[in-house]
Amino acid sequence: MMSGILVISEHRNGELRPVSRELVGAAVALKDATGEPLRVAVIGEAPERYVAELKLAGVDEVLTVQAVVDAFDPEIYEASVRALIEARQPSLVLLAHSVDSLGYAAPLAVKNGYGFATDVFGIERDADGWVATRAGYGQKVNIEVDFPGRSVVVLTVRPGAYKPVETFGEPSVSAVPAPAVTPRSQHLGFEEPAGGDDVNIPGAEFIVSIGRGVGEEDNVEEFKELADSVGATLGCSRPIADAGWLPKARQVGQSGKTAAACKLYVAMGISGSVQHMAGMKHVETIVAVNTDPEASIFTIARYGIVGDIFDIGRELRNHF
Amino acid sequence: MKILVPIKQVATLDEDFEFREDGRDIDPDFLIHDLNEWDNYTLEEAMRLKEGPGGEGIEVVVATVGPESADEELRKCLAKGADRALRVWSDALEDADAIGVARVLAALARRESPDLIFAGVQATDHACGATGMALAGLLDLPHAAVVAALDYTPGSNSATVRRELEGGSYASVRIDCPAVLTLQLGINTPRYASLRGIKQAAQRPIEVLDAEALGVTADALGAAGSASRVRRMYVPEKGRAQMIEGTPAEQAARLAQIIKEFGGAA
Repeated sequence: MMSGILVISEHRNGELRPVSRELVGAAVALKDATGEPLRVAVIGEAPERYVAELKLAGVDEVLTVQAVVDAFDPEIYEASVRALIEARQPSLVLLAHSVDSLGYAAPLAVKNGYGFATDVFGIERDADGWVATRAGYGQKVNIEVDFPGRSVVVLTVRPGAYKPVETFGEPSVSAVPAPAVTPRSQHLGFEEPAGGDDVNIPGAEFIVSIGRGVGEEDNVEEFKELADSVGATLGCSRPIADAGWLPKARQVGQSGKTAAACKLYVAMGISGSVQHMAGMKHVETIVAVNTDPEASIFTIARYGIVGDIFDIGRELRNHF
Repeated sequence: MKILVPIKQVATLDEDFEFREDGRDIDPDFLIHDLNEWDNYTLEEAMRLKEGPGGEGIEVVVATVGPESADEELRKCLAKGADRALRVWSDALEDADAIGVARVLAALARRESPDLIFAGVQATDHACGATGMALAGLLDLPHAAVVAALDYTPGSNSATVRRELEGGSYASVRIDCPAVLTLQLGINTPRYASLRGIKQAAQRPIEVLDAEALGVTADALGAAGSASRVRRMYVPEKGRAQMIEGTPAEQAARLAQIIKEFGGAA
């Protein structure tokens, strides 16, 4: 009989990624509800260096797997997590819904016949087993899924959905032998995005951000001037940076920058994808300006203006 | 050589949508279909290789798992220059999740034996981020997810890719080929189909295959081959912004006031 909850932590460039402590937060709540033991695993070249940080309250055991490289590799992670599952027989395995997990979670699940769902933000267990909630149709609906007949369920958990555990406990620590893997890809190195200006999105307190709604490149200048005149830093959503209309350094969101110090965020012509919101939904005062009253951005904004961003922008400049 | 590009017909919801009677999905009458946004980039990347140095012999094959309506999305790809289009369907696939779809694509890929497979990172509707990499697992091929740049010479036995990470950084990886890559938005600038291309695509054949005929057995088909089962679908309670009403001048005046209050507090 499989039992227990296994959390796979994440690290990059020698640092534990904060989402690891959120996964522990999700798992501790499930442990409290079900009585299942909770184990946290770390995979890396020198995994013991992360152990102290993973001795979190509620964790029963920290497991280490030594890998031939420290950087993420999908085949090493897949084989290591399989070995961890075989060693401890958990019924539930939690991974972050992160870029690294996207590379190995699905192959792990499909090759071993595990139950599987991604980007979940709700987990519970009832008489039939684990039940997970995720979103569908562009976040318009929630979907509740279960996993009939699966003794192991692997879930990737949405970053930001659970509170991180910040206090420490005294779990035991053991090493699980590393499986033999000959990876068919090699990590060459990390890079920061090239180019761009010296804008500091993480440090900015007031950001005016533009999205697809600006329509074309020639219109960007108008919003640059608007941001200047109101004393804001100009940010943008992904399509604007992808198109090269603004440097990548101005992109707010999961694959861009987090508006960490921001207190006022004016989103203009941004519909509000999960990825964009990951970089700004914590901001205390969000004002959304959008022609579409159904845009998701209005579900997290404090103030909403259904209107044309050009009209609002021009009128706004009259006040400064 | 051959590049296989799996695509998806995605759905957005009509304004006043309704659920299906069993409460496990949306009533199909309220779905608006389109080609998955990511698939414009995967097709473009395949076309870029085909039109680049040493690409003369490349065949670009687009494939989808979906009902007849998905032919429309395949034709969009043919109109942009794909060489061949395949569609697999069986009624049992109605209940397949991303893993169930990957099993069918794997059967198709075994028949086609492509040298590269380019899938989107995720689909705009359900955003699972699972199908492409599940396919790699089933085929036991080298794989990399969220690829934002690809350096590959046709015929070469390896490629160099840049995986786009969180927070604006990247990881460079050398990967053995054949490989399965999921490609990220922004990896290229997708082309538009020409009018001539669209006209010609309307006449071109789409090969339609039955999942069973590809050798997908009943225990791997649809719900049986899936890793999850939908219990119910519902509209969540959501927050709602306080709406600023009035003329654009009045709305802007209120926004100016919010900005000035912020300036005063900072």
